[in-house]
Amino acid sequence: MSNGISRRAVLAGSGAAALSLPALSIAAPPPATLLNVSYDPTREFYKDFNALFATDWTRKTGQAVKINQSHDGSGKQARAVVDGLEADVVTLALAYDIDQIAAKGLIAPNWQGRLPDNSSPYTSTIVFLVRAGNPKKIHDWIDLVRPGVQVITANPKTSGGARWAYLAALGFATRHNGGNEQRALGFVRGIYKNVPVLDTGSRGATNTFVQRGIGDVLVGWENEALLSIDEVGPGKLEVVRPSMSILAEPPVSVVDRVADKHGTRKIAEAYLRFLYTPAAQDLAARRHYRPRNSAVAAKYAQKFPPMDLITINNFGGWSKAQARNFVDGGAFDKIYQPG
Amino acid sequence: MTAAAIPASMDAPLAAPRTPWREPSAVPGFRLAFGFTVLYLSLIVALPLAALCARPWEHGLSGFADAIFAPRTLAALRLSFVAALLAALANVALGLLIAWVLTRYDFPGRRIADALVDLPFALPTAVAGIALATLYAPNGWIGEILTPIGIKVAFTPLGVFVALLAVGLPFVVRAVQPVLQDLDAACEEAAQTLGAGSATAALLTGFALAFARGAGEYGSVIFIAGNMPGLSEIAPLVIVSRLEGYDYAGAASVGVAMLIVSLGALMITNAVQVWLSRRGAR
Repeated sequence: MSNGISRRAVLAGSGAAALSLPALSIAAPPPATLLNVSYDPTREFYKDFNALFATDWTRKTGQAVKINQSHDGSGKQARAVVDGLEADVVTLALAYDIDQIAAKGLIAPNWQGRLPDNSSPYTSTIVFLVRAGNPKKIHDWIDLVRPGVQVITANPKTSGGARWAYLAALGFATRHNGGNEQRALGFVRGIYKNVPVLDTGSRGATNTFVQRGIGDVLVGWENEALLSIDEVGPGKLEVVRPSMSILAEPPVSVVDRVADKHGTRKIAEAYLRFLYTPAAQDLAARRHYRPRNSAVAAKYAQKFPPMDLITINNFGGWSKAQARNFVDGGAFDKIYQPG
Repeated sequence: MTAAAIPASMDAPLAAPRTPWREPSAVPGFRLAFGFTVLYLSLIVALPLAALCARPWEHGLSGFADAIFAPRTLAALRLSFVAALLAALANVALGLLIAWVLTRYDFPGRRIADALVDLPFALPTAVAGIALATLYAPNGWIGEILTPIGIKVAFTPLGVFVALLAVGLPFVVRAVQPVLQDLDAACEEAAQTLGAGSATAALLTGFALAFARGAGEYGSVIFIAGNMPGLSEIAPLVIVSRLEGYDYAGAASVGVAMLIVSLGALMITNAVQVWLSRRGAR
């Protein structure tokens, strides 16, 4: 037998084998695609988490999975989903935003009870970021109303994080004014009188404080504060944790109507449940989110010292808090009305 | 002309005088091109505007009025339009000068300078805004010089004006440049000519475009304005913040108000242009 013939035979044989291979392997289903519509500061976390989940899912089921991410302001993302962006899952900053999607019938009304911990696999809180050495001696909310202290925070009407910050301040003021709402709002007004620049988003406020060097204290997400310290290096900024703050619970949900249409419900649910596994919780902690898992939380106890935290329930839930404070003509607008 | 003057069919006798609804042209393909123009303009411009105008009436006329005449909204509309007006006026003077230099003189780097004018068109507006904020912030290159002498630009209404200067400049320069190129040097020396009239018309076009664009500008302004309600908050930000509160009707109300003002400004400049060209023809 000559060399030429044998090579051709081998090539033909291997070609036939390659063609028949997919038919033979019964275990490999077609690859799945998921779209996770999230908010701004989770970009880095979900990039790592998606890789972690995809490896785990393929190992367990043999199915390849590709996860696409979309990030923007939380409210804007919720509106995009309502307007038809086909998200299989949403991972947003506020339950209020997911409620708005649920109100349009895309998500079951009981969504927040479907996963543990109010469907919030990681949490964060509102802290202060000050310049090295804390030159203005800012330790608690009461220091923010002092004359001559410049406070940087974002606009609660356009930023989810800023809404948490506003409510944390209001919660502090309510507690220290014996529950008197008018006096509490007066205190919050005092804080915003010290705000020279009102950015539209949390990241913008962080930039104003860190890059532009404006203000004495940044009031915002703990995860953003820790990230800024990572970025500018040690010895320039310090985190100050006030005597009390608020438990910010960024929630997640499957978008039922989209997942059912795409046939991705099973994998979408697994994706969200995987957020609660120790590996994912560890990743969240490294990305500066407070983990829910107690073992992981213990491991990162130094990074996330325990704090006295109120919750959104202190304000009667998001719908009430929103209607009272952040609608047009609400308590926040009154701060900026003359007189 | 009345409807009765138009013959019902093509066979109608030509006895009655009729005005053709289009000028006869030697270039073929009018029907197709015209159909495409109407369709395209409808899809890209008219339909979205119609959708916008349909939106604010959820709470009736009073809801619309409340959304517009809230003090915070009025202050934002005033800031957006006044800053856009001042920036457009400044750009008319500066843009004319720049266009003049670029068309009339030959100097090393002229082509580069010419290309630079287009940069505000090409740059993502957010990039322009961040760059300006970095320059004019108290710790920026320019801010460092201005702050000690008591001039604050970034995070004040003055910052809005500066951002709109950058955004509007290419509109004026690019509108005037071709006209200046056509004018010959002899014409320039004679002050009152037809050429001067067409330059004025081009300047007006540039002014109107820069003004309308500036009033609606969001991306570059947001980073330098400071965004304080009632002080340095622009109208597009009021729209965005209403949307964040899921107040679609309130957001659309401000949009419609801005549309009306911008449309009015464009119509006035158009009317002035027509008047100018008639005067020039006389």
